[in-house]
Amino acid sequence: MNNRHREIRLPEQEVKRELRRRTRRDFLIGGVAAAGAIGGYEWITGARREDDVPWPQRRVLEFNRKVAQSYLSDSHLMPSYSLNQVEYLKPNGDIGVDTPLDLNHWQLQVSTDNSRAVNLSLDDVKSLPKTEMVTRFCCIEGWSVIAHWGGARFADFTNKFLPPGVKLPNYVYMATPGEDYYVGLDMKSAMHPQTLLAYEQNGKPLEDVHGAPLRLAIPVKYGIKNIKRIGLIQYTNTKPGDYWAEEGYDWFAGL
Amino acid sequence: MQTLKLKHLVAIRWFHWINFPLLFIMIWSGILIYWAYPIYRVGSFRFFPAWVYSTLHIDHRLANGMALHFVFMWLFVINGILYVGYTLISGEWKMLVPRSLDTFRDAWYVVLHDLHLRGDPPVQGKYNAAQQISYTAIIVMGVGSVLSGLAIYKPAQLAWLTMLFGGYRGARLVHFALTMGYLLFFVVHVVQVVLAGWNNFRSMVIGWEVSDETGRSGLKVEDSLVHE
Repeated sequence: MNNRHREIRLPEQEVKRELRRRTRRDFLIGGVAAAGAIGGYEWITGARREDDVPWPQRRVLEFNRKVAQSYLSDSHLMPSYSLNQVEYLKPNGDIGVDTPLDLNHWQLQVSTDNSRAVNLSLDDVKSLPKTEMVTRFCCIEGWSVIAHWGGARFADFTNKFLPPGVKLPNYVYMATPGEDYYVGLDMKSAMHPQTLLAYEQNGKPLEDVHGAPLRLAIPVKYGIKNIKRIGLIQYTNTKPGDYWAEEGYDWFAGL
Repeated sequence: MQTLKLKHLVAIRWFHWINFPLLFIMIWSGILIYWAYPIYRVGSFRFFPAWVYSTLHIDHRLANGMALHFVFMWLFVINGILYVGYTLISGEWKMLVPRSLDTFRDAWYVVLHDLHLRGDPPVQGKYNAAQQISYTAIIVMGVGSVLSGLAIYKPAQLAWLTMLFGGYRGARLVHFALTMGYLLFFVVHVVQVVLAGWNNFRSMVIGWEVSDETGRSGLKVEDSLVHE
């Protein structure tokens, strides 16, 4: 007999008893399951915190990163727009850029795990082929605007300034001159063709509030990774720290 | 003599009751995320009034909400896929999915009947026409939530999907609107369950119901048994 049409015909008293038995049993099972689910939720939300996220959740975020990072390719591009679609980008964070920029003392320090740091000038970056792009800038808060950037591809920068003979490391760390703000990036996202070391916005040199003289424009990441006023670039095989990841956000923050 | 009838299969009951807290967590964490950029309104009604955020302590929990959302999305999606797969394989979908355009007319009659504006409800199978449409729509909505969610989660990697939703902002609006749809569904669903009574509710837990009681369809079981 098909399970769906199962019926039991019984005298009224026995129906009552049978129902009571099944009700008792299944509400008990349901209660135990609910208690288990609540216990599981308490564990997932109450476990010891790693960078302000309970570690079971951190593990899943890292798993999500592996999935996204292995799928990401250079052909996955944020859509491009035309210049007349560019919108106003509000300055949304001044950590590390809240002091006036002293361009005479600004320099870009580049290092790897095993090499001495070299100091580069803005002209060194400008000597690379210039790329312009009009792409969506997505803030982790949920808003987004179409922004116009000009600068050097980070991939070109790396090919030129990573010391010869050094195998491309897994990560790159970037920080403001005083390391008040810092981001960690996986190398695949950093080497993505839309990742720029930008020195121009809307065809003009970057304004201070937008990260003069050099910032990261990385449309495949949320705004929090688009670090302003870069003073330090470190190629490394150790997963770097990240300002907002330490405040409980996803380290990868990839789009 | 009375008849006990198996109404809801055990697997369906588990999928249903597992989905309930999962969807709740997805909506809750979604609102934690939405707080950071709460732009939607209908007329002068703002989603959500400030007191909602303060009363429920929703403010300043974006990171918390994102972590929860991207952990529980897996369980929500897995449970949804298993449910849909099971209804397809078991043949249960035949009772759930509207089979003809008449369903929409009948659903309207069901609504009128429920509002006491019409006498007899239309003849129905296991689920009435309004239920068929609701329970099918909620699955379509679930698929829409997952897809629009992916579109705003990975607009670079899944740019084609984001484009299908009219872009990044369009996908976010769809994702939000569907969530409001669940809240509406929930209210109607709970009211209907309360009105349908204990025998009906209990059958969603234990599977069985006494079928000589008059169901919402108005059919006496004796009548329906003749056809079985």
